[in-house]
Parts: sequence; structure tokens; C-alpha cells
Amino acid sequence: MIEVRFHGRGGQGAVVASEILAAALFKEGQFVQAFPAFGVERRGAPVTAFLRSDTRPIRRRCQIYTPDMVVVLDPTLIAAVDVTAGLKPHGLVLVNTERPPEDFSQWHDFTVATVPASAIAVEHRLGTRTNPIVNTAILGAFARATGLVRLESILEAIAEKIPAQAERNQAAAQAAYERVVVRSVAMAVQ
Amino acid sequence: MAIRTQSLHPHPSPLPTREREQSYSKVITGNHAVSYGALLARVQVISAYPITPQTQVVELLSEFCANGTLHAKFIKVESEHSAMAALIGAASAGARAFTATSAHGLALMHEMLHWAAGARLPIVMANINRAMGPPWSVWTDQNDSLSQRDTGWMQIYCESNQEVLDTVLQAYRVAERVSLPAMLVLDAFVLSHTAEAVEIPSQSLVDQYLPPYRAGYKLDVSDPHAFGGLAPPDVYMELRYQIQKAHEAALGEFARADEEFERLFGRRYGLIESYYADDAELIVVTSGTVTSTARDVIDELRAEGHRVGLLKIRLFRPFPIELVRQALMPAKKIAVIDRNIGFGVGGIFAQEIKSALYNAPVRPALFGFVAGLGGRDITPEVLREIVDYAETHQEPEDLIWVGVKT
Repeated sequence: MIEVRFHGRGGQGAVVASEILAAALFKEGQFVQAFPAFGVERRGAPVTAFLRSDTRPIRRRCQIYTPDMVVVLDPTLIAAVDVTAGLKPHGLVLVNTERPPEDFSQWHDFTVATVPASAIAVEHRLGTRTNPIVNTAILGAFARATGLVRLESILEAIAEKIPAQAERNQAAAQAAYERVVVRSVAMAVQ
Repeated sequence: MAIRTQSLHPHPSPLPTREREQSYSKVITGNHAVSYGALLARVQVISAYPITPQTQVVELLSEFCANGTLHAKFIKVESEHSAMAALIGAASAGARAFTATSAHGLALMHEMLHWAAGARLPIVMANINRAMGPPWSVWTDQNDSLSQRDTGWMQIYCESNQEVLDTVLQAYRVAERVSLPAMLVLDAFVLSHTAEAVEIPSQSLVDQYLPPYRAGYKLDVSDPHAFGGLAPPDVYMELRYQIQKAHEAALGEFARADEEFERLFGRRYGLIESYYADDAELIVVTSGTVTSTARDVIDELRAEGHRVGLLKIRLFRPFPIELVRQALMPAKKIAVIDRNIGFGVGGIFAQEIKSALYNAPVRPALFGFVAGLGGRDITPEVLREIVDYAETHQEPEDLIWVGVKT
């Protein structure tokens, strides 16, 4: 079973990201479960969402405490929330940031991937410059950085979940897929 | 006064014909599984008031009504009391009626819940289990639905989103055969806001399972009758006797509805379900989503050599007394997990189990655990702690608080 935790701010689409990823993995024959942190969400406040994926039916119905992967939709959360709390050794952190993975030396035990998802969202007119909606871009980067899901499945799931603006969201996911930079744990050791 | 909902957002287009004609699977939340169940049941009148965490159920239904996917009257009201009152009127006129609520909304309906059952109206309602305030909580526990235990409503507790959708259909089938209202219950967030794959059956298959509702008695201007009049002491008691008889008959109807469901849809759930319980020395009794997590834990414990099993209580009213007895008597010990507290006594499921076993020839030692109130997470570790406690203690205990900070 693979467990993923999303960190975002209310309005960025972290919960929808978890649901699009679930739909994409379901298309590939996986059993999936996607859910928000069981709480009350407010625009701008830290939001957490979760995803489980497995080759067998998923019966566990509790929150995720030791994820395999963490996705950070807003880099300002790194100072506000312990985004790697419980992350398994050699787990993966994917961050929406302009900075390269090498800048995150505090995460030397983890594989770090970075992608300028905010810039990509603005380029594709998703949200506004001050409040870009980055959830579809970050999923394109997720597909490349993790290899867990194919980009084509993400693009199909986006079309189903966001039919009104499918093409711009798909283009953002495609662009992020191409621009994500990954520094694996092994490379960091070298 | 029936008002069509006017959505501020562009209406999603009606379901493509293909989706109505064939069964298909998609990833949806528990709340939307309720909505799809109501859609497929072809409900005719919906009346509801929004409350977290139920709101998405009626949001989607109002869209289905607005875009023509579902031909139902959606009646907006100013409170849950009025929502149930509207459905009592609709069902009295012979319509298939539906609503959904949670916690304080359910509590506000209380008077009308008695009325729906006493008037023998087969209304179906989804209640999203949410803890009662104060202090305010939006998270899951069972005190809201269990507080309505004696209103005469049937109650069914669900474990997965698939079971939620399927239970809407089963609930109507049974409710209309025994003339009693039915409440299906699902955990706040753990099901209501969790997305997972659900098979959405074809409309034609559902129509075979659930024919249109034909009320035995109804309001009809061309054949006037009065309903709900004064019942003096020489008739009232007989009407109460008949409600009890209808609950007893509902046990058999649920079993038959489940068999027929399996024949058409390939899934069945039982009134209760035993999991590795046949040769178990300790049986853990659960309801709702705790059951699902507990299955994983039972598998692990069995692999480690523990003789432990599980009994899921799906149907709470009517309570399947004889089935529960048969399932539990072979065990040496029982650990009941209650996500509720009957103040002044203990866990409510534990009380029901004790009551069922009192006249049984064999009574295993019973440990009553209270856990997970107000949405506190029930993890595999919590469940292992409960099993360990019951295995290592010999004297039964009525009330054990799990993980409480004192």
C-alpha cells in the first residue's frame, strides 16, 4: 500500500488533487481511497488531504500517520507545518517552489522534487497571480517524480473532474511533468 | 408548496444515457454514494436542510433535480423539523420520500421521527453520524442516531461507500414492505468525505429490484380519509403492537431483500456478519467503519496465532437478537466497541448485546469498550489495545474507556 499526504492552503485544491489522483490510479486498476483531513476548511488556512493506493481492496479507515510521499502545494507551509512529520525513511517530498531540490538540505534523508507549479498555473491562467490554483500542475510533477501513475491517466482524470477548464489544467500538468527536478536520496549521498 | 432548486452554478449536464443503462464504477465520496442511491431509487420528493457533514448529499441531489436527471420535487425548508414534516406529507400522499441529515439536524427532527413511524410511512433518510454538542464537533460518533433508538425507525450502519449506495436501495425495499421508515447511517468524514470506487448499478437492474411505491393507504381527494386522529386508550395500544410486529417482520424482509440483492447485483451484507468468528475465543463486536479497519487487524492477529474474530452489527433496529445470540454464544469472551456513550450506563451497543444474551443458555464474558468519540481516530493500534485488554483480563467489565486522558 502506498500512502500520500498533501499539504495545501484552503482554496489551492489539495482535496481535489487527492481525488484526481485517486481517479487516475483507479483507471490503472488500483484500489484507492482519498480523503481530506477530517476538519473544517477555511480559505488560506493549512489543509491536509490523503490518498491510499493498493493492489488489494483497502479496508483501513483511519488517518495516515506515516506516509510514503508528501506533496506540498504551498512553500510557505514549510515554515508553518512539519510537512515531513512521520514520512517514511527515503520517502519523497514534492514541493511547489522555484528553488532547486539542493536548497532543502534539511531533508537529506528523503528524495526531494521541486517544480514551479505556481508559475506554471499562472502561465495557464489557473487562478490569479496572487492565488494560483496549482493542484493540476503539481499532479503532473507527481507523475514524473514518483512513477506511481502515468501522466495520461492524470490527464484523463483531470478531464473528468474539471470538465469546464480541462484543457488549461491538462496543459499545466503536462508542463509541470516536463519541468519537475528530482534529487533522489542515493544522489544526495554521493 | 414545492420549489425547484435554483443553483447559482452552471448545471452539470444530465448523466449520459450510457451511464444510466449500464452498471459502471467511479470514485465517489460516501455522501455522493447516498445521492446516487436516491437517484437510482427514483425518489419523488426530497426535502432537506444543509448541515455539515451531510450537505454534499443534497447538493448533488438538487443538481440532479435541476438538470432533469432526477424527476423529483426538491422542497427547500427552514429547518430539519420542517424537512421531515414535508416528507410526512409527501409520503402520506403516496410518494417515495427522501432526506439526509446529521447530529443536531436529526435531533431537531425528533418529534417528526415519531410521527413518521407512528403513521407507518416508509420514508428513507441518510444520517451522517456526527457527535452532539456542546462543545461543537463536526466529527463522527453514534450518539446522534442512537438517541433516536426508540422512535420506531429502522437503523442500518454502513461500512463502505458501496454498502451506503446499496443500503439506500435495500432500505426502500424493506421499508415499503413493512410500512416503517428506515435510517441508513454512515460515519462523518470517514465515509462521508472519503472517495473510493463504487459500482453504480444500471437503472434497469435497480428497477427490477425496487418497483414503484404503491401506498396501501394514502391521502386522495377523490377518496377522502382522515389520518392521525385521536386514538383513545382502547385502540392506541394495538397500533403500538402492530409497529412492534412490523419490526419483527422486517428481520425476515431484510434477509430476503439481501438475498434478492445478491441475485441481481452480486453483493450481500447480512443483518450481521461474522468474520473469523466460528472458532474464535474472543469476538470483537463493531459497527460502522470501525469494522473495516478491524478486518485488517483480525487478519494480522490470526496470522500471529490469536483466536480472535469479528461480529459486525449492520442492522441495529430491528435488533437481530437471535442471530446475535447464535453468533456470540460459542465465544469465551466478547469485546464490544462503542463509538457512543449512554450516559449513566455505558456503551449502547454493549447494552443491546447484554440484553440479547440475558435469556441465552450460554453467556460469554462481556467487555464494554468506549472509543473514538467526537471523531477521535480508531487506528489498528487502538484495536490491538482493545483485543489485548480483553485477552489478558478474566473478569468481565461493563465500561472501559479507551485512550481517554484523565
